[in-house]
Amino acid sequence: MSKSSLRAGALAVCAMAALFTLVAAASAGTLEDVKARGVLRCGVAPNSPGFASKDAQGNYRGFDVDFCHAIAAAVLGDAKKIELLPLGLRDGFTTLASGGVDVLTHRFTWTFNRDNGTGIQTVIVMFYDGQGFIVHKSANLKSVKDLNGATICVAQGTTTELNIADYFRSHKLSYKLATFADLDEARNAYEAGRCDSWSNDRGSLAARSQAFKNRADHMMLPETISKEPIGPMVRVGDDAWFHVIRWSAAAVIAAEELGVTSANVDEMRQPSSSPEIKRLLGVGDDLGQKLGLSADWAYNIIKQVGNYGEIFERNVGEKTPLQLPRGLNALWTEGGLLQAPPFR
Amino acid sequence: MRGGGFGLVLQLVVLLGVVVLVVGIAHNVAANLARLGIKTGFWFLSRPAGFDVSQTLIPYGDDSTYFTVFVVALLNTLLVSLLSITVGTLLGFVLALSRSSSNGLVAATGSLYVETFRNIPLLIQLLFWYFAVVQALPAPGASFHIANLIFLNDRGLFIPSIQFGRSLGPMFGAFAAGVVLFAFMVAKGKRRWAVLPLIALPLAVGVFYRADIAWSIPQFKGFNFHGGIAMLPELLALTIGLSIYSAAFIAEIIRGGIQAVSRGQTDAAMSLGLTRWQTSRLIVIPLALRVIVPPLGAYYVVVLKNSSLGTAIAYPDLILVFAGTVLNQTAQPIEVMTMTLLTYLALGYVFSFATSVVNRQVRQ
Repeated sequence: MSKSSLRAGALAVCAMAALFTLVAAASAGTLEDVKARGVLRCGVAPNSPGFASKDAQGNYRGFDVDFCHAIAAAVLGDAKKIELLPLGLRDGFTTLASGGVDVLTHRFTWTFNRDNGTGIQTVIVMFYDGQGFIVHKSANLKSVKDLNGATICVAQGTTTELNIADYFRSHKLSYKLATFADLDEARNAYEAGRCDSWSNDRGSLAARSQAFKNRADHMMLPETISKEPIGPMVRVGDDAWFHVIRWSAAAVIAAEELGVTSANVDEMRQPSSSPEIKRLLGVGDDLGQKLGLSADWAYNIIKQVGNYGEIFERNVGEKTPLQLPRGLNALWTEGGLLQAPPFR
Repeated sequence: MRGGGFGLVLQLVVLLGVVVLVVGIAHNVAANLARLGIKTGFWFLSRPAGFDVSQTLIPYGDDSTYFTVFVVALLNTLLVSLLSITVGTLLGFVLALSRSSSNGLVAATGSLYVETFRNIPLLIQLLFWYFAVVQALPAPGASFHIANLIFLNDRGLFIPSIQFGRSLGPMFGAFAAGVVLFAFMVAKGKRRWAVLPLIALPLAVGVFYRADIAWSIPQFKGFNFHGGIAMLPELLALTIGLSIYSAAFIAEIIRGGIQAVSRGQTDAAMSLGLTRWQTSRLIVIPLALRVIVPPLGAYYVVVLKNSSLGTAIAYPDLILVFAGTVLNQTAQPIEVMTMTLLTYLALGYVFSFATSVVNRQVRQ
């Protein structure tokens, strides 16, 4: 055999071997993978101020980023050990399904079609949102019903596209749609006058309207036309990892229910605290062991990142540029929907 | 390689390698899909899509399926490709003539055009036309207009259309009959009168149904213009950008064809006493076409593929709507990407086939 035919044969064998290793490499559990790697990879929404965006120093900040920090604190004991991957609407689900990230802490809504037959699933709701409409103040509109015949800018592949179709048809309103490849393009086109309105989840509208040249020229219409439960997403078939994410979220909410904050968590971590706080913080009991985590996993989350209220107020609350009220994202005891399953 | 035996072995090994590679990839994909519990197959095409598309050339409603969305997106791709090919070819023809002109200023203008638009990446040109030109047009209330019939604004170009109403069917029949008669008369050698039925038949139907035929003139009402034909800003920007860019290449293909006709041929024709026009029509153009058609056909396929850049300016083509929205809403990336890929491949083959048919005609 000639040299080149030998080389071709060798190449084919190598390619074959590489392909089958790919299948094998993906089979270990995500929890073990993350621990071995020493860093947690999260997929976040690109450039969404308040949820995931870079600050003036070039550090990522935001509600979704903090939840990634919380999981890292629980799994690795160090909230800083994260790697963020900004993912667009097109590549988000595929990147998670193919193992490019460990978890999506993104702005994706939990829906039936995304939860079934796609290889990914939503773990728990961390943020209750709903679809709203931003319009030019000068157009003098009072309600979504006034948008009959209007052109609306949206981003593709979102629940927004589907909700508008449902809402306008069921209310016998006509409309024209202008669909853009990503969320910022939709906003820019609306601002340039391509559309009479720009629609998305209210949280994302608040975040992305920060980039308007003059925010005072625009307003949000009062209606919320959909429910958008948003939360972390993981691959199917990895229950251990699913539970780590679910209970990290629960710990953040439970900490607020129990009044544990990043400031007082050290004083709370003592034998005289209430039994539920002691169980949460790993005093006298070790819930972390069942998750494959250390006893102080929840303590690390609260100490390093904070409870739900702290995360919310710091990133998107009344004192931030987004000025979002707690609304549905208040605790169940305060008129909201948030509730952690019992730690017992 | 020199020995026949070695060559055969080499070919077999490469073939085996390719087969192993394909089987390996397929196995890997199947194993991963099964592991992740991803449902595969094309069943999703028959499910209702439930979202709207900004430009639909066929009826589209809330019960339309993902397959209908595919057809809608495909037609949008074809529409902008054919528009750009037509405008680009006309413009390219004019440019080719101007570059071949003996007038220095005209030739220089042609050269400047070609060198400018050919050397700037198409994507940048499209972004320019869309964001800097079309989006900077006035709002609908302050549109540019021609005699209040044609309107141009940041929502698009609006032109009057003819509403045929009940006469649509008969009109179509009259036109078809006109075409048949035209072909028949041309075949019989009665060229002079051949156009007559083509005009007279539809005209007669039009007079008969005159009460049903009406102009639809665009009118500004509420948020947008209603009536007439609307050309979306995205379609407008993509057609302008793609035509102008393609014209630069097409001009060079045509100019190359004209220059390939040797000077001796024209000189010979002139010396036979043919006029300049006769020389062009009988000698230069037929010879030049033999050189022009194959690369021109190949370039039309390039225009078709380039139209996919329209996704960057929100034009609802195959890539934006099908490989974008549908992929995301159904989470079936493998099926959707395969369909998109094969569609472009098939369209490319159809274009190539058409080119080779035309080429055979030209060579006769």
